[in-house]
Amino acid sequence: MNIHECQAKQLFQIHGIPVPDGKQAATPDGAGQVANELGGEGWVVKAQVHAGGRGKAGGVKLAKNLTEVVEFSRDMLGKRLVTIQTDSAGLPINSLLIEKIYPIKRELYLSALVDRASKRVIFIASAAGGMDIETVAHESPEQIISVQVHPAAGLQAYQCRKVAYNLGLKGPQVKAMEKIMQGMYDLFLAKDASQIEINPLIETHSGELMALDAKINFDDNAVAMHPDILAMKDPSQEDEKENEAQRFGLNYITLEGNIGCMVNGAGLAMATMDLVKLKGGLPANFLDVGGGTNVEKVCEAFKLILSDKSVKAVLVNIFGGIVKCDVIASGILAAIEQVHVTVPVVVRLEGTNVEEGRALLSNTGHKIYAADDLAHAAEQVVALAEAV
Amino acid sequence: MSILIDKNTKVICQGFTGKQGTFHSEQALDYGTQLVGGVTPERGGETHLGLPVFNTVQDAVNLTGATASVIYVPPFYAADAILEAVDAGIKLIVCITEGIPILQMLRVKAAMADTGALLIGPNCPGVITPGECKIGIMPGKIHLPGSIGIVSRSGTLTYESVHQTTQQGLGQSTCVGIGGDPIHGMNFVDVLSHFQADDQTKGIVMVGEIGGGEEEDAAEYIKAHVTKPVVAYIAGQTAPAGKRMGHAGAIVTGGKGTADGKVAALKAAGIEVVNSPTDIGVAMMGCF
Repeated sequence: MNIHECQAKQLFQIHGIPVPDGKQAATPDGAGQVANELGGEGWVVKAQVHAGGRGKAGGVKLAKNLTEVVEFSRDMLGKRLVTIQTDSAGLPINSLLIEKIYPIKRELYLSALVDRASKRVIFIASAAGGMDIETVAHESPEQIISVQVHPAAGLQAYQCRKVAYNLGLKGPQVKAMEKIMQGMYDLFLAKDASQIEINPLIETHSGELMALDAKINFDDNAVAMHPDILAMKDPSQEDEKENEAQRFGLNYITLEGNIGCMVNGAGLAMATMDLVKLKGGLPANFLDVGGGTNVEKVCEAFKLILSDKSVKAVLVNIFGGIVKCDVIASGILAAIEQVHVTVPVVVRLEGTNVEEGRALLSNTGHKIYAADDLAHAAEQVVALAEAV
Repeated sequence: MSILIDKNTKVICQGFTGKQGTFHSEQALDYGTQLVGGVTPERGGETHLGLPVFNTVQDAVNLTGATASVIYVPPFYAADAILEAVDAGIKLIVCITEGIPILQMLRVKAAMADTGALLIGPNCPGVITPGECKIGIMPGKIHLPGSIGIVSRSGTLTYESVHQTTQQGLGQSTCVGIGGDPIHGMNFVDVLSHFQADDQTKGIVMVGEIGGGEEEDAAEYIKAHVTKPVVAYIAGQTAPAGKRMGHAGAIVTGGKGTADGKVAALKAAGIEVVNSPTDIGVAMMGCF
């Protein structure tokens, strides 16, 4: 789960990580007021959307006076921001973060994340802040500093000093860095984060360290334990169909093709998408109805696929293990009864109660094509989508 | 011989009296698994499915001699269940539960280091030696005792591989679902080393997917240590970057863990990688 920068900065403050003076605003006049209250000689207006790459997309602007704050806010609010990390529709800008501007001496990078290879929380730091860290890691790996935290020992002071000295920090900055890293680690554990990224972490002319940006991702498996974090969820920043799917316990991801896919199991769902592509088609979605599915779930899944107007044909691929094929077939029939289905549906059933399932589907007047073989099913659905 | 489990393996079930535990324990008993009891705190002394229920794993181990345990407890209690099994001296722990918080799994992995216990999963279908012992949620009847070892991060793709190797008449020695979570127990290399050492296993099917670097590690390991034919398939060629594809671990981040990268690493190690999930069985057959 993602949250907005302004929410992340609130959590930073609670955990002793310094952030610029700033406040959220939802109207242009409100933005002007906030800037006035903050004081100073310049402000930054930042679009609050769940995506990186805001600066280059026009979602971060420097205002020299209050008139510009209001003007820039009016330009952004209510619009959709398209960045390199969003799709072509972009994300809605419903609120802004207004912050004071600080004189920047250096931009650093600092993040904490779960490292799959070492099975530890690791910190990654670099003096090349403000840049895409993957590019830095690729082009100049010597600029990357990392430390692993043993879960029993926790983050040690020497690890923070190592990072600080490697970044060229000195004097009171070393202690300040330790405080920031400890704050990040405490926040990481307290709220089950999966990544906390500060890019850039700035060194001001007066030598202060401050989180100019803030990004936090939370572990979806743990978020139910943290009602305060769940309350920060902003559905407007997520795909409508993906939100709808979540309510029914379905794993759904919108893609750009025209062949709807409904599959049981995440691995088989990915494999089915790949197979559609291999046969010359493009999948419209990823959809895993789960291992232990039922008629209601299948029915909702089917309706969800059909609500995507770009879908020209549907491929259902079920390997019934615990799930029985006749249950899946009943779900499909229930969905067809509830919504007007005009697109052809190719169904490949295999496994438990396959005969009963196929028999149920063959006795309808709808455009349902029963395939006994997965490769053939994929070829058929691609051909049908093209024929529409 | 098979790997990890056989007809003599004594198994207990943690979360025995729950809905999932009950259903899959019945299935395991039908299959012929030597399920010897189960654990549900506060239910010790009762009988369930004709088997004894214990309050603790230690009691179950002391009284039944079980060496393997399967876990069906809810996600927020599963880390505790794994460590209870380790503490009681269980040698093989199979955790089916999906949705365990990742930080809990980090602690479990650290706590399990040097204990000698093996963990399969979490978020996996389990492990089966066809005709002998089934520990997990896989449908028993699609399996055929035979010569192919199967290791996979995905449940339904394991079934797909089983189905195809059964249709080819090859059958399976043991099938291990290592699970779809980013932090998990046995990895590809661990399971491959068992298959390489096992006489019954003549060929290996390895099913990977996007996310992490364990397929790349496996490619290096196979090149250096595995003499048996391996057929690999990697799911997620069309998955968009930055999106979690159902499994918590199936995500491409920062250009790492892509299907293309994994396929390239496997091919560079001389391993046969099939483009289509429907070609696994035929390709395996072609190796003999």
